[in-house]
Amino acid sequence: MRQVLARAIGGVAIIGLIAGAAACNKDSGGSDNAAGGSNCGYKLAFFGALTGSAANLGVNIEQGFELAVEQYNKQKGSDCITVAKFDSQGAAEVAPGVARSLVADKKIIGIVGPPFSGESEAANPIFDEAGIPTITPSATRTSLSASGWKVFHRAVANDDAQGPAAASYIKDVLKAQKVFVADDQSAYGQGLADVVKSKLGPLVVQSDKTEGDGKQTDFSALVQKVQSSGATALFYGGYYTNAGVIRKQLTAAGWKGTLLGGDGMKDPGLSKASGTQAAIGTVVTCPCSPPEAAGGTFVNDYKAKWNVAAGTYSDVAFDAANIFLQGIDAGNTTTEKLNTYLSTVNYKGIANTYKFTDKGELDPSLIKVWAFKFDASGDAVKDQEIKTS
Amino acid sequence: MNFSGLIDNFGPLTVAGLAQGAIIALFALGYTLVYGVLRLINFAHSEVFLVGTYACLIIWGWFGLDQNSARPDFGAMLGYMALGLVAAIVVSGTVALGVELVAYRPLRRRNAPPLAFLITAIGASLAISEFVGVATHRNQRGVPPIIQARTVITIGNTHITNLQILIIALALVMMFVLDRFINGSRLGRGIRAVAQNPDSAALMGVNKSRVISLVFLLGGLMAGIAAVMYDLKIGVTKYDAGFLLGIDAFTAAVLGGIGNLRGALLGGLLLGVLQSWAAGLFGSNWLHAAAFVLLVLILMFRPSGLLGESLGRARA
Amino acid sequence: MSDTAVATEKPKTSFRGSGGVRGWFGRQPGWVRAVVALAAAALAFLLPYVGDIPLIGPQLITEGIDWPSALFNMSYYVLLALGLNVVVGYAGLLDLGYVGFFAVGAYGTAILTSKDSVLYSHTGWAWLAAVPVALAATMLAGLILGWPTLRLRGDYLAIVTLGFAEIIRIVATNTQTFRGDRGFTGIPHPPGTWNGKVIFGVTDAIPYFWLGLVVIIAVIFGVRNLDRSRVGRSWLAIREDEEAAEIMGVRTTKFKLWAFSIGAFIGGLGGVLFAGEQGFINSSTFVLQFSILVLAGVVMGGSGNMAGAILGGALISYIPDRLRGISVGGTDLYEYRFAMFGVVIIIIMILRPQGLIPSRRRAMELKDRAKEVAPL
Repeated sequence: MRQVLARAIGGVAIIGLIAGAAACNKDSGGSDNAAGGSNCGYKLAFFGALTGSAANLGVNIEQGFELAVEQYNKQKGSDCITVAKFDSQGAAEVAPGVARSLVADKKIIGIVGPPFSGESEAANPIFDEAGIPTITPSATRTSLSASGWKVFHRAVANDDAQGPAAASYIKDVLKAQKVFVADDQSAYGQGLADVVKSKLGPLVVQSDKTEGDGKQTDFSALVQKVQSSGATALFYGGYYTNAGVIRKQLTAAGWKGTLLGGDGMKDPGLSKASGTQAAIGTVVTCPCSPPEAAGGTFVNDYKAKWNVAAGTYSDVAFDAANIFLQGIDAGNTTTEKLNTYLSTVNYKGIANTYKFTDKGELDPSLIKVWAFKFDASGDAVKDQEIKTS
Repeated sequence: MNFSGLIDNFGPLTVAGLAQGAIIALFALGYTLVYGVLRLINFAHSEVFLVGTYACLIIWGWFGLDQNSARPDFGAMLGYMALGLVAAIVVSGTVALGVELVAYRPLRRRNAPPLAFLITAIGASLAISEFVGVATHRNQRGVPPIIQARTVITIGNTHITNLQILIIALALVMMFVLDRFINGSRLGRGIRAVAQNPDSAALMGVNKSRVISLVFLLGGLMAGIAAVMYDLKIGVTKYDAGFLLGIDAFTAAVLGGIGNLRGALLGGLLLGVLQSWAAGLFGSNWLHAAAFVLLVLILMFRPSGLLGESLGRARA
Repeated sequence: MSDTAVATEKPKTSFRGSGGVRGWFGRQPGWVRAVVALAAAALAFLLPYVGDIPLIGPQLITEGIDWPSALFNMSYYVLLALGLNVVVGYAGLLDLGYVGFFAVGAYGTAILTSKDSVLYSHTGWAWLAAVPVALAATMLAGLILGWPTLRLRGDYLAIVTLGFAEIIRIVATNTQTFRGDRGFTGIPHPPGTWNGKVIFGVTDAIPYFWLGLVVIIAVIFGVRNLDRSRVGRSWLAIREDEEAAEIMGVRTTKFKLWAFSIGAFIGGLGGVLFAGEQGFINSSTFVLQFSILVLAGVVMGGSGNMAGAILGGALISYIPDRLRGISVGGTDLYEYRFAMFGVVIIIIMILRPQGLIPSRRRAMELKDRAKEVAPL
């Protein structure tokens, strides 16, 4: 009898769990009190990772995006544009379902995201079919713009721009004679490292590959190879998560050379992991201009709103949102009009000036690559603009 | 294939592998102890280790130490080390007991099939690591420079640092102590009795529940020590650190013969060295694949690991 | 799937003495059983419209993820659970790396169809043409895993299978042929048009769910027949006592390999469906946590029982999806969904250690065994 009772309770408890969870449903329809003002009552969506192991970059972008919308609403004096967040977990297998639920919401007329190239491949066909314009602040895989998506726009330069710049920095500024190149085998990191390798040619003394973020923490073999190769510079194609650990283990082993990387490493998280002292001098390239160059209050506003410093791509996401907002403000309140508007836009933002080619790439003449250097503040600050010719 | 990468760096790679292997071995003891007594894979052991890596960081944080602090002098270093070890051991031990209490004991009472234990352990593992992940915003946490790695012995191009010696020595000492405890003490006899035959042990007056708790506690203590060593060696921890190294540790336990203490040590060291060599030869991205290939090869010829299962058998 | 399955739980206590719902079902004449089964299948096909039911519907469907897509995800999880159930539940071989077969199925499809593939100039097939080849490849992979591990028991097998799946992932990540994280783009969708419109488009997931459902039903029939044949009885014998089975003349080697390759085949089916729906795959999908989750689903649902595996497989996909977009006291539970999921797993297993829908046969065996062991 006890067994019967326990099983009955078990069954009820499980139904209760699910029903209970369902009962406290969040009203996602939310705020339909379409606020006053013209061209209001629409939604802009963020699509990207908010949870999961890739969440850091996604959250950086979402916060920059949300800040822009909030400032716009404040300026309008109403809740004019609503933010809708869609959590893809940065995973290609999750993205399509989430993207379909995004396109079901007909009030959404623009999307900032997806941040990663993998999820872009899986989700962008759906956005393209639905005709909702997207601006990605960080998916830099070159082939994305060749997929024929009409709604695709990229607010940063693709991988082809950054690699040569990083190589010329190593050659002309750092004047390193022996360079070690490694990557994390992500599409981003590997692409970057391959370009750097081919541009540096004979300067590369040795190369290695590591596992991706969260798959490896002991880099002693890489450290040993870097040390014994006699390289004075290590270019790592990858993200700050691994780079911070690598920098720390290199320093602990007594290697004094310079660590370099792409924009995926431009995050204070790197120095938080490695310790500020070890991170000083680490150079990252970024196809973006320093935020302080724009003279805006973005850096302080961001800090005030989110209580953390702006991270990688927060500023680009802020710009992407503002591009949409400017378009909506000008009366482009359907997805078609907004998409057409994007093809003609010329917007000066805090990180760059934006103008898109017919494929959705950033106009080549506007691509600037800057080098940033980690300093004693634990963040990467501007070093110099890299001329690639 | 990069033969010169392996041959030129043979010494350093071996030493680095031994240090990593020593940590894996300490970690693997938890799997082996629980398996020896309960015949179960304690999947949640990886999270026992994880909380240890955070516990010592939190204690050091109370003393104002973070990744940017200056290196403490020798006396302070000893103090911090002791504190960190105690904190990690206490927290890991408590969590191990907690896991046993929440995820295993109710099932034992209900005479559940063995797979059910595996699944509750997976549930516990998921819950703990995700809660840590949420609490830390999934950020990495840097470790303060408690010990500065410094070369103390040089043989050819092989520089052996004080930290590497400490880790390897500590693993060997803990191994010896645990071995003596299991084989020499009254409580250890209880563990061996339950491992050999739970029912007879119960009839002979051994308190089975207490023995099982003790086994989880011992595994937790070892994981705590491994956690501190991991922090010092790797320099960073994150919410998924336990899962990641847990796979290695479990592999090591099986490699040596799960349920066998010395097997765990042998398996850990072997795995560490092999991974290091594989990283030198094929590149760091192949090191786990190489470890698994070796595992399959060894198990094909010795289906119960290098040393066989033997916590309860004739000799431990 | 979850709503129909959960509904069957309630009346159990009332007429348990006679075996509950399943006892009743088993005693009915063949035509009644056929009608009930057909009705259940028909209801399953209507699941995408469950949201239209007043009151209950909106509570059941997912938010933040499109409901038909969530159903499709459930369908391939159910397929994986059914396949793993053959390996773990029937044959008793603990497999921690089942996602490896899912990966082989998906990669087999991708490499034969995608324009990114090195074979594209030779093959560049349609989805349907690639399916049989991909499935043959997964069965072969099952044999390749099965053969060297035949001597291994229990937990040794578990770690080797885990390693096998990791090797597949690492090879897929590290080699140019499998394109690693870059992945294969432009994998074609399943064929077919209806009234001049493509059935399997990108914005509507309902056809994919229905396709998944058809495959699931076919698999249920196939596995049911196997389980009731000599093969199924041999699996049972191996699971319960391998040595005894061998002495009694069961060819354990052969039937273990059968279990591996059939399990692999079903996992591969999940993989080809997945590739066909996604249109894009890369190596970061096939992580270890995936296998562990599916195993949790099988055991949670009731290992050795197809209804249990289906329910468990559906739940492991449904619960995390359903927990999206729920907030308690102002804090969004977004972040906590996997942590909560872990807790739910523990609670379910403690309350129902044999799984939600336990296998009758196994329950009886365990009852016998319970008498033998001394109380704790």
